[in-house]
This record gives sequence, structure tokens and C-alpha cells, in this order.
Amino acid sequence: MKNHLAALISGILFGFGLGLSQMIDRDRVLGFLDVAGAWDPTLLFVLGGAVGVTLIAFRFVLKRSRPLFADKFYLPTKRELDLPLVVGAAIFGIGWGISGYCPGPAIAALVLGIWNPVLFLIGMIVGSLAQKWTVAQSQTGQKTELR
Amino acid sequence: MALLDRLSALLGGGLIGLSATVLLLLSGRIAGISGMVNGAITFRKAEAWRWSFISGLLLGAALYEYGFAVQPTPRSTFAPIAMLVGGLLVGWGTRMGNGCTSGHGVCGLGRLSGRSLVAVLTFLITGMLTVFVIRHGL
Repeated sequence: MKNHLAALISGILFGFGLGLSQMIDRDRVLGFLDVAGAWDPTLLFVLGGAVGVTLIAFRFVLKRSRPLFADKFYLPTKRELDLPLVVGAAIFGIGWGISGYCPGPAIAALVLGIWNPVLFLIGMIVGSLAQKWTVAQSQTGQKTELR
Repeated sequence: MALLDRLSALLGGGLIGLSATVLLLLSGRIAGISGMVNGAITFRKAEAWRWSFISGLLLGAALYEYGFAVQPTPRSTFAPIAMLVGGLLVGWGTRMGNGCTSGHGVCGLGRLSGRSLVAVLTFLITGMLTVFVIRHGL
């Protein structure tokens, strides 16, 4: 229950932040990515504000032995720079450039009552499940070969 | 107006950073939205808290849009196929690369993660190239 409350509060802050920073307007995001056009620096300020806070605050939080409502921190453990990271990020960037949405703003933009984010999120879920399925298939394939 | 825009962008960004800090401090979790969606659609009980986060995200966005927005967000429509294809690539890419603008950008950079820095630079470059090709041709 405590974790649901923590997630709800965090979600509200995130959604309000996305609204206030105008990131639920995909034209502002596309304006940022359009470096050769009428460049809109808004996203840089958003990222600056967000990373400015996490850079400082995360240091203090991660000095603790554990979070307040859980037994441990659930942090990514991978360190190496591998091909899936770069290829995945590259594919994400292309989709971002085509649509002007990344996952957070797309969910927040659902409150605008337009079709753009709905279609985007359908595509996103299908894409994510397809990737998961492909990886699972190739892993079963490898196991069969080993036998 | 431009100054006010930048100020609210900075402040909005600060709230996003605060959101990630609250989640990490209370639950020990990373506020990456692509991971949030991937966990939520497993519909497992252990991942149910992710639905609370997504509900909060909608609540927060609605609260701003209908309670505080100086002017309503433009509601331009876009080619449906571009939305679907864009979404497909974002879904595939974020699962393959373990994160998006929030997970790698906001949280990863905050943790000084090398993987996240590489991911952020990569998706910024391909995003900019994509918009360049679409808007200005080759």
C-alpha cells in the first residue's frame, strides 16, 4: 500500500512537471529536435531542471542503506556498453523524431483527448511486446541448438 | 513570454527530477516510463504499483492542463500511420536499449551512468537526424 502511495505521488509530480514544461505538446519536442529549423530550446531547460535535481538529490538518497518503504534499491546493474543499448537507443530516437513523443509525454498527453497519443501508445506496446517476443524466440532457439 | 516559457520548462523539469527522487527515496525504484509501461502490461501483482504511478501521471497532467495552464496545449492531429510507426519504434527501441528519456535521461544521468550517457547522446542524434530528414529532406 505504501508503495502504491509513493508511486501515485511520484506520478502526479511527474505528470504536472510534464504539463508545466509543455512537453505534452509534441510540437515543442519536434521543435527541439529540429536543429536546422526554428530551433526551440525548451527541452534542454526541462532536461537541465530534471537532471539538476537528480544529480544532487540522488547522491543523498543513495547514501542511505535502503529506501524508506522497501528493503533495497532496485538499480540497473549492467555496466558495459553493448550493441543492444546503442541500437535500441538509436531506434528509439528515430521513433521519437517521427512522432514527437516519448513514453512519458505520450501517456500524459492522453488527458488532451486527442488520438495522437492513443495511436502512439498502441504502437509502443505492440513494439515492446514484439521485441520481447523476438528475444524470447532467439533464446529458445539457442537452447535447442545446445541440446 | 519566451523567458516565462523557459522558466516554466526549468521548473517543470525540476518537478520531474523531484518525482524521480521521491520514488527512489520511498520505494527504491527508477522512474523510467518505458520500464513502467513494460512492467505494468505484465499484469502481475508485484508490478501493480506501476499502475498507481501511471494513474498519478494522468492525474498530474490533467491537474496542470485543466487547473493551471496559462493557455491550453495545442491539439493538432498528425498522420495516424506516423503515430503508429513512431510508437512501434519507440516500444522496440526502449525495451532493447533498457530505457527512454526518463530512465536514461533523468535518472541515469543523475546516477552518472555511462550507459545512460551513451543512450542519451545516441537517441538525441538519431532523433535530430530523423526530424532533419522529415522536415528538410536529404
